Amino acid sequence: MSGLRILVPVKRVIDYAVKPRVNRTQTGIDTSVKHSMNPFDELSIEEAVRLRERKLPVESITALSAGPAKAQDILRTAMAMGADKGIHVQVEEQNALEPLGVAKLLKKVAEGEKSNLVILGKQAIDDDAGQTGQMLAGLLGWSQATQASKVQIENDTVTVTREVDGGVETLKAKLPMVITTDLRLNEPRYASLPNIMKAKKKPLEKKTLKDYDLDLPTKLKTIKVTEPPPRKGGVKVEDVDGMIGKLKELGAL
Amino acid sequence: MASTNPVLRQQVKRIYKELLHMGRDYPEGYDYFRTRLHRAFASQQHLTDPDEIKKRIGRAEFVKKEIEAMYFLKKYRSLRHRYDPY
Repeated sequence: MSGLRILVPVKRVIDYAVKPRVNRTQTGIDTSVKHSMNPFDELSIEEAVRLRERKLPVESITALSAGPAKAQDILRTAMAMGADKGIHVQVEEQNALEPLGVAKLLKKVAEGEKSNLVILGKQAIDDDAGQTGQMLAGLLGWSQATQASKVQIENDTVTVTREVDGGVETLKAKLPMVITTDLRLNEPRYASLPNIMKAKKKPLEKKTLKDYDLDLPTKLKTIKVTEPPPRKGGVKVEDVDGMIGKLKELGAL
Repeated sequence: MASTNPVLRQQVKRIYKELLHMGRDYPEGYDYFRTRLHRAFASQQHLTDPDEIKKRIGRAEFVKKEIEAMYFLKKYRSLRHRYDPY
């Protein structure tokens, strides 16, 4: 069996603990807040590193991020967690890529890096699209296993347990393959200070979309962004009759 | 301090810096964490016995592990509540 060449795309998103606020012009959300790596992508990095720690023939783990210059910080975190190198594709914030664009880019990178396993987070916690992995598998013509909660690799056969409604499903497929991670796949390690320092010495390639012969215009136009209406408070009823009266009033009885 | 053991001193500084770095993600904020961390280390500065110092360094390592576990749990829980509605 040839070695595993794993590609792990990561996204820089607003930190999970920060409550997003709509900006005053209602064109988007306030992005001047703390950012960090998409938690589902942490799971995919961790899984790649654990495959290596399980003594599987992992040849390389490449982290990739497309975004503004600050996406490099996220790549450093990925490398501190155990990725061997990073690729940063410079994309300005106002022309941020859509899932199909990301999938097209990942296809090019996966071909260029000769990857045979792509592990993605199942979705990003900012736009919650959950499409990239599936579209990438379609574009590459590879097998896909989404929402993985367990990954086992033997020679070039991959067995993935995935979480579905009402239970688990076990899939078996040959490499090359696309896997997307679910929350219960593993427990991502903390990128400690010494490891972050060491990660600064790891190679980071800087690319643009032009290097991959790609032109990915934005197809969706954001018209308006608003906050959901605030929840209306309930009322307290005096007694059973009051409750029945209220329910009748609402047409529930 | 003439009796300072340079090896131990370096170890203490290293764990202090590592903890300080973790404090950036602390839910109550960095300042909250830093003042408390500083106080915890300063309260032990009278120690001179190397064995005693080693014991406290071990304790700092333990606290580091606990904070890591807490961060993980907090993240896992908030994501679970967000995506698994039950």
